[in-house]
Amino acid sequence: MHLRHGTFAHLPELDDTEIAAQVRYALLNNWPVSIEYTDDPHPRNNYWEMWGIPLFDLDEPDGVLAEINACRATFPRHYIRVNAYDASYGRQTTALSFLVQRPPHEPGFRLERTESDDRRQHYGFHAYALDEQPGQRYGG
Amino acid sequence: MSAEHPAVPGGRQPAAGRPAGGFQMHRPGATSPASMRGTAVDVPPRPEDSAADHLHRPASGAPEMLADDALLDLSTDIAGKDVEDTLTRLDAELVGLANVKRRVREIAALLVIDRARQRFGLQATRPTMHMSFTGGPGTGKTTVALRMAEMLHALGYIRKPKVHVVTRDDLVGQFIGHTAPKTKEALAKAAGGVLFIDEAYYLFRPENERDYGQEVIEILLQEMENERTSLVVIFAGYPDRMETFFSANPGLSSRVAHHIEFPDYTHDELMAIAELMVRQENFRFDPAAAQAFSRYLELRMARPRFANARSVRNALERCRLRQAKRLVELHRPVGRTDLITLTDSDVLGSSVFADAPADSTSPADSNGSAGEGASP
Repeated sequence: MHLRHGTFAHLPELDDTEIAAQVRYALLNNWPVSIEYTDDPHPRNNYWEMWGIPLFDLDEPDGVLAEINACRATFPRHYIRVNAYDASYGRQTTALSFLVQRPPHEPGFRLERTESDDRRQHYGFHAYALDEQPGQRYGG
Repeated sequence: MSAEHPAVPGGRQPAAGRPAGGFQMHRPGATSPASMRGTAVDVPPRPEDSAADHLHRPASGAPEMLADDALLDLSTDIAGKDVEDTLTRLDAELVGLANVKRRVREIAALLVIDRARQRFGLQATRPTMHMSFTGGPGTGKTTVALRMAEMLHALGYIRKPKVHVVTRDDLVGQFIGHTAPKTKEALAKAAGGVLFIDEAYYLFRPENERDYGQEVIEILLQEMENERTSLVVIFAGYPDRMETFFSANPGLSSRVAHHIEFPDYTHDELMAIAELMVRQENFRFDPAAAQAFSRYLELRMARPRFANARSVRNALERCRLRQAKRLVELHRPVGRTDLITLTDSDVLGSSVFADAPADSTSPADSNGSAGEGASP
């Protein structure tokens, strides 16, 4: 199951040139860029692990690409995304967030039903990947 | 991301000298997005200039190949005009430095010819542009670096006409594992432009073998070898120490293609610089003041810690101080002429004259010397 996550999720995979162009667009708008990774694909998982600190004061994407590649080398089977923050509202606002790497094989989710009071049903998702320990998911 | 992303980080980069993909936007500080512009007979402007269009995959903006028997008029290269403007300004704004200007012109010509060769499909390696500027203090190294960045940008060699100035403190860390991130951060900020390392010889301290400067040099070497980043590194410093620095790092010296020497200014050149600065600040010397300033320079050049153009600038600043004090103490309405004229008394107030051997100069005026202290 191909996880649709963030901007451009329904487009073909971006290659490095296109990623660089998107990052440049963010930097030209004065949005600092940060890199995050996770191996928990649940759509409600908002807070991913940060790769280093956000990259401030850049105006060319080379430095960001170098960090993305370092992150890919360290976590070859994780989801990795790039966030661009717009601080012009006086609070941190995500202006752009897109995946730059996904695991080679994504097993997807199973539907979980829970009985609640008055025989009401509650539904939830359980990612098959979560059956493994963190760090060993996606065949890592 | 597909699993087989290249083993070489960022292996799918655009070829050197090409913009790294996509749209181009107005960049503050840049006169125009000059990367990869062809000649006057060029493709019409592409529609990717709008920000909303940034998903659009651009067609390659490269001008079409020329036939083997075609003739190319070099003057039609529109980048040539920007370059000519930069060179003209270099000539106008910088006094003297004949050999520096000649070298800059040679580099510009090399890049123009390189672009022309590409039009004929003649593949050659990208000429390296890393430089070292050696010269005394105040000889215009940073100014030339700024002009150089503009020129290289106009010729499409680098992606932005920006100079990121760093010193040892910005590159070398305080403890183990601190240096590499700092250096990488500096490189990231300079990416696509010029990294100007001031007082570069401080990076290498042979007397201290636990110094982290060596690590910086190794990272720089890697980055300078890198074909795909359009980064130009300029090392600057005083001649004698730079000599030691390069002899201790032969790998570095061989990767720096252009060693440019900035000679100290002569007295006449310094006088011309002073006239230029005075004019730029909307002042003027009256004839007596010009003579006095010429005498001041003679005395000042003989004294220690003389920093060429920087000393001239400082001296003029103090002339303005004395002029302001003089005008306030007139206790009368002042006119435009009063405000723009520097008189000889404004110059002669300097402490340089106070401890000079008394000869043809008129004795220093009583106003001015106060508060001058040790400042030369």
